[in-house]
Amino acid sequence: MKILVCVSKTPETTAKISFTADNTFNSAGVQYIMNPYDEWYALVRGLELKEQAGGTVTIINVGPADNDQTIRKGLAIGADNAVRVDCDPKSSLYVAKQIAAHAKAESYDVIFFGKETIDYNGSEIGAMVSELLDLPFISYATKLTMEGNTATVERDIEGGIEVAEVDTPVVLSCAKGMAEQRIPNMRGIMMAKRKPLTVVPAVEAADLAVTVGFEMPPAKSAVKMIDPENMDELVKLLYEEAKIL
Amino acid sequence: MVLVYAESPKGKFKKAAYEAVTYGAKTAQVMGTQCVALTLGAVEDASVLGKYGAAQVLNVANDSLNNFDSQTFTAIIAGVAQQVGAKVIVMNHSSSGKSLLGRLAARLDAGSVSGVKSVPTVDGGFKVKRNVFSGKAIAEYEIKSDVKVLSLMGNALPPEEVGAPVAVQTINAEGPAGRVKVKEVKVEEGTVPLPEAELVVSAGRGMKGPENWGIIDELAKELGATTACSRPVADTGWRPHHEHVGQTGVAIRPNLYIAAGISGAIQHLAGVNSSKVIVVINKDPEAPFFKAADYGVCADLFDVVPALTAAFKKYKANN
Ligand SMILES: Cc1cc2nc3c(=O)[nH]c(=O)nc-3n(C[C@H](O)[C@H](O)[C@H](O)COP(=O)(O)OP(=O)(O)OC[C@H]3O[C@@H](n4cnc5c(N)ncnc54)[C@H](O)[C@@H]3O)c2cc1C
Ligand SMILES: Nc1ncnc2c1ncn2[C@@H]1O[C@H](COP(=O)(O)O)[C@@H](O)[C@H]1O
Repeated sequence: MKILVCVSKTPETTAKISFTADNTFNSAGVQYIMNPYDEWYALVRGLELKEQAGGTVTIINVGPADNDQTIRKGLAIGADNAVRVDCDPKSSLYVAKQIAAHAKAESYDVIFFGKETIDYNGSEIGAMVSELLDLPFISYATKLTMEGNTATVERDIEGGIEVAEVDTPVVLSCAKGMAEQRIPNMRGIMMAKRKPLTVVPAVEAADLAVTVGFEMPPAKSAVKMIDPENMDELVKLLYEEAKIL
Repeated sequence: MVLVYAESPKGKFKKAAYEAVTYGAKTAQVMGTQCVALTLGAVEDASVLGKYGAAQVLNVANDSLNNFDSQTFTAIIAGVAQQVGAKVIVMNHSSSGKSLLGRLAARLDAGSVSGVKSVPTVDGGFKVKRNVFSGKAIAEYEIKSDVKVLSLMGNALPPEEVGAPVAVQTINAEGPAGRVKVKEVKVEEGTVPLPEAELVVSAGRGMKGPENWGIIDELAKELGATTACSRPVADTGWRPHHEHVGQTGVAIRPNLYIAAGISGAIQHLAGVNSSKVIVVINKDPEAPFFKAADYGVCADLFDVVPALTAAFKKYKANN
């Protein structure tokens, strides 16, 4: 089984979010991690599939050389090789076209995405790549069982789950439940240094939707503390002051 | 033209569809054009979408549309968009919208923004805002392509009745047969799913154990609220994982979020900080959640939660 896992790099979950005067994300002092959905669920489920059925797991990242550290972590967790498309991406469709250009030439059986990146929360790229490759797509997969080349997938839908069946090749975006996080061990980290990380140039693609400005959400007014003995007061405030009931 | 795909799970609209049409109508107004609503598959009473501002309501009905496959749906929506000359395509940022938005953008080579929360502005470029960094900031995007694809965040704007029902036109549009076969849909009946819920009662590790959840269920029942929980609670199996809210769980934006025995870690806040009103019940005055709350009660939740339920009962009886 030939498996591709798409990974991105995001600010760590507790990072302080601020912007510079020219309206770009202020990365000063920010620690970066592999996007949790990509690492914990997409990558680990990809590795499990390989362990079960044989094959290879390739990681792809679209980004600048700074991202190599994140990619090496993926190799340390167990991926066989990696590709980085060298560029500084600014829009989802641009990234999708890079991934599709690589995948088209390789014919992967399963392409894994995270359900979304935790910085821009787009949830767009997996669907875009599926369309560019004319492949079926299942979003927010929480469980995958593979028999031969038939995948049975559970996915999160509003208020419950949907169970669907599809034959490979297929594109999946992964949510909590798909796998359990794996911590890289010393041997993995040492081996990662010798695994191939190929850097390829980007293909031509336009940025059709880009960020032009940022603002911070309006500040909350100070909390109103309520006497625990007086829940009638809280209920009254919810009805008559907050007016949300 | 603005084309709104109004989703109808199991043949029925939910609030999300009315939100999307309201949003599409407002967008059309800003652009000086009309809003057309599209429904797919067998739908009950699609004409109602006229009330929310759709000038036309279209329906494509064939059997393949009763099974959700993003390839089939995308081909059909794209086909209709081309037939009606749509410049903007709107849908919900829902489980199906999340598979359709990206496909449509790729298929039409269109710029897209998912999970938008405001009506676009069109002076000096087509611009629209959405939350980024899990609600810790708001970004404005400019879309530069001729055709634009947007999905609307749930509860971002209330549905508005502005017109009257319009007759449904049945049209033809072809798509490839789906390769994804939906085998089963398991949805809990009777409760509003978290992403759509207007009222949410949530609890964390302060509950001590799953056997104590009765008081949370009672408060939720009294309010008609949906229940949620913090991540460790779902991880240890005290509650089902679809109840887990936060950065790595479901992101919600209800009108009211009541949190009992949750400390308010930054990853938890990331999924709930778009709630309109937050009530925090915690016995630790230093709990970080109080900083993000509108109303706080600093005491033992095992006393406060039942007292709050009783106070709601009393208020409703008297008003
Ligand atoms: C990458 C990453 C992602 C994460 N994603 C999420 C996420 O999506 N969602 C999420 O929730 N967490 C997430 N977490 C975990 C998060 O950091 C916290 O650990 C978690 O939210 C804490 O859950 P809690 O508030 O229920 O428990 P605790 O932090 O243990 O807090 C329990 C609270 O209950 C109070 N309490 C105890 N007894 C009582 C009582 N009798 N009456 C009143 N109050 C009482 C205590 O004072 C305390 O404040 C993530 C962590 C990481 C590292
Ligand atoms: N720069 C990137 N390189 C490779 N994969 C990416 C990149 N950005 C996002 N992805 C993948 O696309 C998924 C969804 O991203 P998004 O649509 O931006 O929320 C992520 O979880 C990753 O799997």
